[in-house]
Amino acid sequence: MIITPIDSTAPPEPTPTPTRTPTPPASSASVRRSRLGRTLEPFGFIAPTALLMLVLMIVPIVLVIGYSFTDNVILNKNPEFVGIENFVTVLTDGVFATAIGNTLVFTVVSVIAHLLIGLAFAMLLNSPLVSNASRAVFRVIYILPWLFTAAVIAVLWRMLLSPNGVVNYLLSSDLEWLSSPALALGAVTFINIWAGYPFFMVSLLAGLQGIPADLYEAATVDGANGVQRFFNVTLPQLRPIIISMTLLDLIWTSQQFALIWLTTGGGPINVTEMLSTFTYKLAFSRYEFALASTSAVLILLFSMVLAFFYVRHQRARD
Amino acid sequence: MSKEAHGRRRTLRVLGASAAAVALFATAGCSASSDSGSGDGGDVTLEFAQWWEPELPDGAFRELMDEFEAENPGIKVELLSGPYASTKEQLFAGAAAGTMSDVVGLDGAWVSDFANQGAIADLTALMAESDYDDSELASQIQVDGATYMIPVVNFVYPMFTNDDLLAQAGVAAPPADRSEFAAAANAVAGLGDNTSGWILPLSLEAPNGIQNDVMSWVWATGGSMLDGGQPDVTNDEVTSAVEYIKGLWDEGAIAPGAFTMKEQDKVEEFTNGRVGMMIDSLAHINLIRETNPDLKFSISALPAEDGFDGERGIPYASWGIGVAESSEHPAEAWKLVDFLMSEETNAKLSSIANAFPGNTESVPDFVAEDELFATAFEIYQNGYPANEFTGLPVAEQLMRLFDEQFQVLLDGGQSVDEMLQKTQEAWLAEF
Repeated sequence: MIITPIDSTAPPEPTPTPTRTPTPPASSASVRRSRLGRTLEPFGFIAPTALLMLVLMIVPIVLVIGYSFTDNVILNKNPEFVGIENFVTVLTDGVFATAIGNTLVFTVVSVIAHLLIGLAFAMLLNSPLVSNASRAVFRVIYILPWLFTAAVIAVLWRMLLSPNGVVNYLLSSDLEWLSSPALALGAVTFINIWAGYPFFMVSLLAGLQGIPADLYEAATVDGANGVQRFFNVTLPQLRPIIISMTLLDLIWTSQQFALIWLTTGGGPINVTEMLSTFTYKLAFSRYEFALASTSAVLILLFSMVLAFFYVRHQRARD
Repeated sequence: MSKEAHGRRRTLRVLGASAAAVALFATAGCSASSDSGSGDGGDVTLEFAQWWEPELPDGAFRELMDEFEAENPGIKVELLSGPYASTKEQLFAGAAAGTMSDVVGLDGAWVSDFANQGAIADLTALMAESDYDDSELASQIQVDGATYMIPVVNFVYPMFTNDDLLAQAGVAAPPADRSEFAAAANAVAGLGDNTSGWILPLSLEAPNGIQNDVMSWVWATGGSMLDGGQPDVTNDEVTSAVEYIKGLWDEGAIAPGAFTMKEQDKVEEFTNGRVGMMIDSLAHINLIRETNPDLKFSISALPAEDGFDGERGIPYASWGIGVAESSEHPAEAWKLVDFLMSEETNAKLSSIANAFPGNTESVPDFVAEDELFATAFEIYQNGYPANEFTGLPVAEQLMRLFDEQFQVLLDGGQSVDEMLQKTQEAWLAEF
């Protein structure tokens, strides 16, 4: 738009009344074309995104849902519709129940620890006692675990936790951290906590740095001590970030696969079997792609519950 | 509306339309299939998907293919190489979509599934069509009486012993039967300082320890885990082997961390001199020598039951080859298989892969040059290659099912009989 300076002294121009001007018959075709163009225009803009969403998300999801209602797809040339038989098979499988239990423990403990450790480190880094230079150095050190890919983390911790590894040497113990049925779930959860807390830390640190200093000043003037300032200023200010991050982390952690697969493979016995490893084994070890799709659909439903809360929370914020 | 605004709207409209068009073309491009098969001038291009090339010295496999192309004008070979795991995924996807490469590298564990799916061709028929004499082939993997895979080279799994550790423990020679093995393993474990007698990888992620390190004890005594092609893990031979290993476990002769240990951990521990004995692929000899040149080790046949004097089965893994059912050029594909199995080429490939040939007439170079390989070749020729998992449906899953029950047994959660009974039931369900 071109902005023309308005002369405030000039009398306002009379607004033209919207009268329909008769269109000359010769140009009616071009008008119809332009009107058609205007109707199609928004669709043109949406088309690239819509098309990509369709090809990359909707089609695969619909296919997998379809597979979950047929007998063994892919290996079977002419799969038949079997109704909810696959769902009954998966839901009555004892290992599936174990996997749900393990996934819950793994996810809830990981997320709580991510939040607490992330918040603690973020507060330490945000302290006025820390100079800018050392803050930068510690930021790099603390964020390191997050920069490694799952494969590197798995190899690293397998070596550290091996019976002849560094951890046992330092503790003068001979524990089988990843191989003992009593310790394995705890050990993989610990590794996941180690790998995931920096993401919370960085986000919360950004949030902490955004809290206006005058809120703290006002609280101090009102006589609030450090603990009261934390609970009455810091936490309420961080609340939106904490809720979003927690919901996102719940979704991500419940789908963690690579780390578990590469450290324990779901074992020993099945103490670290998660929904993700359960599904993977169905597909790529037993080649039961229909059952694997069923399991994937069930995971999708669980994730959708979390996603629902996330979206609702985001909408409430907007 | 001003003229400029009009112009901008038009530009935006054009932009929007072209973005949509670009997206359409891009997605259409993704799904467009490329027409492979015959190249220019009537030449036939064979796709050969395998995981072998990356495991061989640089360019060595391509050289063999160049030789093949020179011998067979008009046929070109395009190598599709990747690591083992991605080749496997690619083949399973290809089998489902009917787009498998013409010639494929196969693992015995996949053959049954591919054959039942109709993804790989009946090689018996191809051999008959080209009047091929199969008497030189060391083995063929069959499903319902028809050959679907031919092992090109074999990697055998003998017993490795750490000479120094055994000597320290007062063991003069590598053990030849189960009693000697148990005595040696306990003696080495008794040395202290984090040493163990034997190492047993039981990771559920890669459960091939069940095949190489557990069932090998059964095969070494001429036993079997099958009866008429059906699972039979409750028989005396399997029971005795499982009881034997459980005994070693309870005595503390087995290295800690077994439940999540993988093959590479096993080799690493042995190479570092912390383990007295292991059962491992011959392919690792060079790796062990390079990593720890000071380690003195020998190779011998896997111990059999006390007093056993029959022929011993030696576990092996192979690089197998097969032809896709969907191939448009089965005759040319067979020529490539024939070429790789010929006495001269097979000897060459065995030499560069440090493996034993799939052609009984071929003798690889390293056998003459290296004492350890010479011993291994002798063991190979004195026994017979045994791997009952080859050709079974969902072989890896069978190993995993066994492994899960085996771990519960070692953990003290059930008796040997319960373990084998549960495994038998789980296996029957997969057949």
